[in-house]
Amino acid sequence: MPTAIFTSVEAGFIYALMALGVYLSFRILDFPDLTVDGSFVTGAAVAAVLIVSGVNPFLATGAALLAGFLAGCITGLLHTKGKINPLLSGILMMIALYSINLRIMGKSNVPLLAEETVITKITDFWKSLGIDDGIQAGLAAIGVSNFIPKTWAVIMIMMLLALVIKFVFDWFFKTDLGLAIRATGDNETMVKSFSADTDFLKIIGLGLSNALVAFSGALIAQYNGFSDAGMGIGMIIIGLASVIIGEAVFGAKNIIRATIAVIGGAILYRIIVSLALRVEFLETGDMKLITACIVVSALIFPKILDKQREKKRRKKRLARAQEKDDAAFEERGQSLAAVKTDL
Amino acid sequence: MLLLKRGGKALLQLRQIYKVFNEGTPDEKIALDHVNLDLKQGDFVTVIGSNGAGKSTLMSVISGKIFPDLGVVKVDGKNVTQVSEHRRASLIGRVFQDPMAGTAPSMTIEENMAIAYGRMKKRGMALGVSKKKRSFFKETLENLHLGLENRLEAKVGLLSGGERQALSLLMATFTEPKILLLDEHTAALDPSRAELVTQLTKEIVEKYGLTTLMVTHNMQQALDLGNRLIMMDQGQVIFEAEEQEKEALSVDKLLAEFQRIRGEKMSSDKAILI
Ligand SMILES: Nc1ncnc2c1ncn2[C@@H]1O[C@H](COP(=O)(O)OP(=O)(O)O)[C@@H](O)[C@H]1O
Ligand SMILES: [Mg+2]
Repeated sequence: MPTAIFTSVEAGFIYALMALGVYLSFRILDFPDLTVDGSFVTGAAVAAVLIVSGVNPFLATGAALLAGFLAGCITGLLHTKGKINPLLSGILMMIALYSINLRIMGKSNVPLLAEETVITKITDFWKSLGIDDGIQAGLAAIGVSNFIPKTWAVIMIMMLLALVIKFVFDWFFKTDLGLAIRATGDNETMVKSFSADTDFLKIIGLGLSNALVAFSGALIAQYNGFSDAGMGIGMIIIGLASVIIGEAVFGAKNIIRATIAVIGGAILYRIIVSLALRVEFLETGDMKLITACIVVSALIFPKILDKQREKKRRKKRLARAQEKDDAAFEERGQSLAAVKTDL
Repeated sequence: MLLLKRGGKALLQLRQIYKVFNEGTPDEKIALDHVNLDLKQGDFVTVIGSNGAGKSTLMSVISGKIFPDLGVVKVDGKNVTQVSEHRRASLIGRVFQDPMAGTAPSMTIEENMAIAYGRMKKRGMALGVSKKKRSFFKETLENLHLGLENRLEAKVGLLSGGERQALSLLMATFTEPKILLLDEHTAALDPSRAELVTQLTKEIVEKYGLTTLMVTHNMQQALDLGNRLIMMDQGQVIFEAEEQEKEALSVDKLLAEFQRIRGEKMSSDKAILI
């Protein structure tokens, strides 16, 4: 059980990058971009193929990021210059990427288990620092020695990476360019009237979003030890689930808060799924259904809660009014009684 | 002679602007019918006219939101007839009728100001709201006397319609655009708010000496503000008054003038038909 949660958090930090990308398109740009299902695999495919052909895994991951950026820009071009509606632009790109990803990989699955990847590199580096032993000793000292993960390298480095990306993300959306991108999602007319090219801003925004998604895909491929043409199916919903769960649990009153919420949401999502899969009758294949259920309930529950709160408030108000009525009635009764005794 | 004080340079020139919507269909509508208009540096022109006269279309042609079918638009001597809306916007400030249209609701007051501030520059990776800019924004916001300078980090969506419109006006003007376009920017506000925004408009236009074109449905406002007035009807400018001539006008005189011109036009149309 602790191991399952540990790996959920580990993977959660990596998927958090994808969720940040989804947050960028869905929330900041107000553009429901479905490119994600394709660009996630593009990232994985580019990184995997380059790694297998002997390129340094860090370079390969950088190239994956660039490929995602390009894919996002094309979706942006389809929408802005081709005047195709947002959903359709994304779906078209997603479908196109499916074939492109197969072309990149040359087959539907590229294994990476025997390769040197970013994950093996950071694990080796971490081991050379000898921190694991320290942590293990610490844990033993406080009496949790039965829980011993293989290494703390991945969780620590990925947490660091997610936090660094979060800070860069926060900073970027406070720059002139970042503010203009945010405003484009908020009020396009206004941004245009202040001489900003909203087409360009949307293209850049979608590029950055898909760069993050592809980055995440590249790391997941190396983490899982393979890249697969089907690994992106439903990714957009997973991203959305992370965003919605994060916002609901941690709040999102500004970008700084929202980005931390999205990272938290991505981790929570992983934990929920791994717990759900421990339920006897659920199978791995049910994961997409579980995800859909999570998103649906995350969308519906807040509304139900609101309604219930409103109902309670109404009841209270009614009760208060009733009390007043009763008091008035009693008063009248007393005065009547007084009148009677007078008689 | 007052004209000389305002500098003779023509900042906005419209020549033979013609725009037709839904051409060749039963809904065909000539929105602008060979309109000519010149604004000199510092001119403040108010525009009145019945619904559908073509006032908003005229504003859209100037701002580049739509392109005319015929004619030339020049701003500060440059032919901008085919220049895209956003590019032209570096020269033109705009306030819309809808108070929601001029600001980004989910962003803070200072972030909105930063976007307006970016009008003249290429937007890069510099911090949008630096310390220096923040104090400048604060100072600028004080001109509104609404206390917004103390709410820099409040989301604009939380402001009232009047406050948002005042902020829109400030944002459209503090970078001193060549031309300011106001399209019924007080029409959606309740009377007291409208009065406030009108007053601010007067102050700000004077302060920056902005060359302004203001559409209003309020005749009194059209008479109170500005040094020139034009009346539009059916896509044409049918009446113009400037300086002393304008000062001598009253609402009643304007209405009488409108009836007279319309009557004349109708009888001449009839003459053609016969
Ligand atoms: N985008 C458009 N498509 C079709 N007709 C339009 C469009 N915009 C304006 N019109 C028509 O052009 C005429 C002028 O409209 P407008 O400039 O909005 O008038 P005003 O602002 O003076 O009330 C109206 O008859 C209007 O119906
Ligand atoms: Mg109008």
